Amino acid sequence: MHELAITESIVAAVTEKLPGRDVRRVRVRVGRLSGIVPDALRFCFELATAGTALDGASLDIESAPGRGRCRECGVEFDTDDLVVMCECGGVDVEVLGGRELTIREVEVV
Amino acid sequence: MCATCGCAGAGVRVVDPTRRHDHRHDHEHPSDHDHPHPDHTPHDRPRDDHSHDGHVQDAAASLASDRTHTIAFEHAVLAKNDDLAAANRAWLTERGILALNLMSSPGSGKTTLLVRTIYDLAASDGPELAVSVVEGDQETLLDAERIADTGASVIQINTGSGCHLDAAMVERGLRALDPPRRSVVFVENVGNLVCPALFDLGEAAKVVIISVTEGEDKPLKYPHMFAAADLVLLNKIDLLPYLEFDVERCVAGARRVNPGVEVLPLSASSGEGLPAWYDWLRRRVG
Repeated sequence: MHELAITESIVAAVTEKLPGRDVRRVRVRVGRLSGIVPDALRFCFELATAGTALDGASLDIESAPGRGRCRECGVEFDTDDLVVMCECGGVDVEVLGGRELTIREVEVV
Repeated sequence: MCATCGCAGAGVRVVDPTRRHDHRHDHEHPSDHDHPHPDHTPHDRPRDDHSHDGHVQDAAASLASDRTHTIAFEHAVLAKNDDLAAANRAWLTERGILALNLMSSPGSGKTTLLVRTIYDLAASDGPELAVSVVEGDQETLLDAERIADTGASVIQINTGSGCHLDAAMVERGLRALDPPRRSVVFVENVGNLVCPALFDLGEAAKVVIISVTEGEDKPLKYPHMFAAADLVLLNKIDLLPYLEFDVERCVAGARRVNPGVEVLPLSASSGEGLPAWYDWLRRRVG
């Protein structure tokens, strides 16, 4: 359950940058190829924020599409899967995007 | 810039959540800050998305305790780990130390492979190659004791409830281990094909081990791990006569998620295939 470590990193980053602030909402961007399960992130967020300045804060998750480029025919396409096949039949696909995991914004009182 | 109050718009967004009023600012507006913005230039949004109808405060929203501010952050969640990993990598590189992050499911034979590797390298005619180990497990010193029996230096990291090693743990491990210059450090991660894939430790390469008793579909079931691999070791091939395991399918699966990845079939028990692994190691040491 690496999502617990991820949410702990979120809490640490927010409390470090905004010391003493009462945090009401955190918005994160999670790429669909990042290996992070949004539901697990939500579950862990409640655990990781208990007793911190983020206690009771809501977590907004913004999903970022995966993007791949076929090395055989050069075409680019969206994908939600690391195991992917291009329409040309090529399986040599370079991942261009969708691995991001960032805190986008924080709402404080 | 905000034409009315002169605040420098970039970076911060002020929101009255009851009005969904998006307005980027870099300071907090007091609750009586109720000027209209007739000539306002939109900062980073199309004007039609920059609604002003909530900017004049009503009685409820003007209560200071109800006001919230949205602050743009743009912070990589794993930035702290990645910074520590970069520091580990710089420290290792400066000393000419090759650090390898060994990852697999529990029971793939990581420790057995390490023990055999340490003995074989010590006995080989090739240039001497000092080896030390950072062991990662949730609990116990069992693996570290097996490594210590070979005479190699070893540090055990017990993660407790943690399911993976991170760069901070490895930094502590390396400090305690104090590996010699121009040597190899094996970092044996917690047995887990999911979580360790996400955490950079500062290693030179990620080596993923899969054993033939696990089933040939593992690379497709755990694509993140195999996509991250710089080398895949297929262990326990001495057991192939007793199993229905299709090596070609397994290799094809690994290359499906990681095109061109090198896969070395071997057995830490019988020794078959190990010379190719040692060649790979010596090439990486340089």
